[in-house]
Amino acid sequence: MSARDNILGRIRTALGRSAPLSDKQSLAMRGKLRDHPRGPLPSMGWEPIPRFKERCVMLSSTVDEATHLGDVPSAVARYLRTRDLPQRGVCWPEFSALDWQSAGLQMAARPAMGDDKVGLSGSYCAIAETGTLMLLSGQNTHGTTSLLPDTHIAIVQTSRIVRSMEDAFDLLRKEHGHLPRQVAFVSGPSRTADIEMTLVLGIHGPYRVHIILVGS
Amino acid sequence: MQIRSAEFKTRATEKLGSATLFRALSNLRSRLVVGRANVIRELDNFEDIREAAKRVRDDALENLDFLLEEFERNATANGAKVHWAENSQEMNQLVLDIARKANVRKVIKSKSMLGEESGLNHFLEQGGIEVRETDLGEYIIQESGDVPSHIIGPAIHRTKEEVADLFHEKHNRPRKTDITEMTWEAREILRPHFLTADMGISGANFLVAETGTSMIVTNEGNGRMTTTLPRVHVAIAGIEKVLPTLEDVSFILRLLTRSATGQSISNYLTFTTGPKRPDDAEGPEEFHIIIVDSGRTRVLGSELREALRCIRCGACMNHCPVYQNIGGHPYGWVYPGPIGSVLTPAYVGLENAIDLPNAATMCNQCGVVCPVKIPLPDLMRKLRERQVEQKLRPWAERLGLRMWVWAAARPGVYSRGAKLAARLGRWMGGREGLIHTLPGAGAAWTRERDMPAPSGKTFLEMYAARRARRA
Repeated sequence: MSARDNILGRIRTALGRSAPLSDKQSLAMRGKLRDHPRGPLPSMGWEPIPRFKERCVMLSSTVDEATHLGDVPSAVARYLRTRDLPQRGVCWPEFSALDWQSAGLQMAARPAMGDDKVGLSGSYCAIAETGTLMLLSGQNTHGTTSLLPDTHIAIVQTSRIVRSMEDAFDLLRKEHGHLPRQVAFVSGPSRTADIEMTLVLGIHGPYRVHIILVGS
Repeated sequence: MQIRSAEFKTRATEKLGSATLFRALSNLRSRLVVGRANVIRELDNFEDIREAAKRVRDDALENLDFLLEEFERNATANGAKVHWAENSQEMNQLVLDIARKANVRKVIKSKSMLGEESGLNHFLEQGGIEVRETDLGEYIIQESGDVPSHIIGPAIHRTKEEVADLFHEKHNRPRKTDITEMTWEAREILRPHFLTADMGISGANFLVAETGTSMIVTNEGNGRMTTTLPRVHVAIAGIEKVLPTLEDVSFILRLLTRSATGQSISNYLTFTTGPKRPDDAEGPEEFHIIIVDSGRTRVLGSELREALRCIRCGACMNHCPVYQNIGGHPYGWVYPGPIGSVLTPAYVGLENAIDLPNAATMCNQCGVVCPVKIPLPDLMRKLRERQVEQKLRPWAERLGLRMWVWAAARPGVYSRGAKLAARLGRWMGGREGLIHTLPGAGAAWTRERDMPAPSGKTFLEMYAARRARRA
């Protein structure tokens, strides 16, 4: 007998059954897996975009707005200069064609390494309820961009702001049908309170998260 | 982890006298308790969500075999390798075998309570593998050779001065006392380890049957690194961690992060499904999931099953008047506080944790705040009954209880006894109305406090007198 068989056997004994559930018995649970019904949601009587901005600020992220994607390089340059941050970094390949040079920036389209200081990513979608970015792993959506650099800048299309995590998973099911290797929900800069319960930003992930809303 | 629950009374007494511990634990009340109370108000249907979470967890346990097989099927289809371990030793051995086969020299670890249960770090180190805890609290614990005292804040019992001394010694840098600077120093020290580790080990807050996904909740970002940067990732999870769908995880997370740290959401929620895909730029080549029993099936078949609903938020200990005063170490194993008083006897044997079910005032704060409505005081009471039945309590205590039962079933005897005790107590209390030393077994109780003396009349006498006055 394998560990697997022993464990499943003991589970069945504990549940007062001698065999696996028959197809008929497991119907309710199979139906649940197929239909994945939602649990109870809290009231969400707010407008998604203002709520998203408000929540980002509560999480210690900063928020800026740009009308078009083409305005992003100058917004990024402004953000970095006012904080005296390096004028170079890495970005997702989908943003490599933006005119970084005119804004005085050097952005390399590659995954981040341990010593890159600025990472610029997009976001699959964003969640208004909690001020959260939903990032998917993939060929061109590097996770390290939003993880290793001290400063993470995220471009969020306002049309891609959904209300809840449930809505975000619905969107993913509709558009992709399956999960990528990793789905990361990111809510503000990395933080810890492990020394005397005192909150400190920037333990292993970014110290700063700056969100640029595009299309507002 | 070594089980020291039998030393509960001695260690609790010792901790009660510690001024540093008292100071460290005061943060718990002022931050976590208040934080939770404030943030649950964001949910106007908090109680409905709690009730639904309880139901979903119960349903999952009731269909556990089906969900685990479903999980295994979907995880395997996504390229993960699923292993099963009956106990801690098997789990440790599986991890070591995976590491050896992949020529792993260095492991980075994201927090796992199951790893604490099995003493995984020690086992891997014995096997010649370097292991780095990366959660700041766990890192402090590992570097100081200590054990965690809280399931969310492992180093909650440490003051910043202690951490300053530790970092000064281990990091070989000038001593810092500012908490922000100390935290950033730990970042600098740990960063190279993330980049050079061959294997990452994480726990799992939940397994998702529908998709074969394992997910973790962290604030620091170490969990994302552990599951992304090294070439091998091993996730370890108890059998009870499985939930049917992503929707179930989504709504239960609203309770988990609020109950745990008073946050509307934790910074990083990481859902991992399989290893690196052919087109992916990043991710581990190998992804292993080890599903572990280690005493859980025994609990599933017992009257303590409801404890398996636990989602490891720590709210019960944060709100426990006993935990608030003695911290986590006296509980003597991985899980402290009320949930520990149930899980420790359940996993390691009631005879090895004799005092834990009694380390409670039965105030039910834990039951009130538990996000999945585990009736913790009821479960502790059941364990107390078992202790008496199995003759695990001292004979004098059992004799006393038997005498009380005998008297309580005989109203005449009982009321005469109560009268005698009330009169005697009043006399012993003297003019101050305080009894300094109780006789017999009561002496232990009055060793550290006085007992307020009774007024000299029993309740029934006063009740009768009152009725007579009214008539």
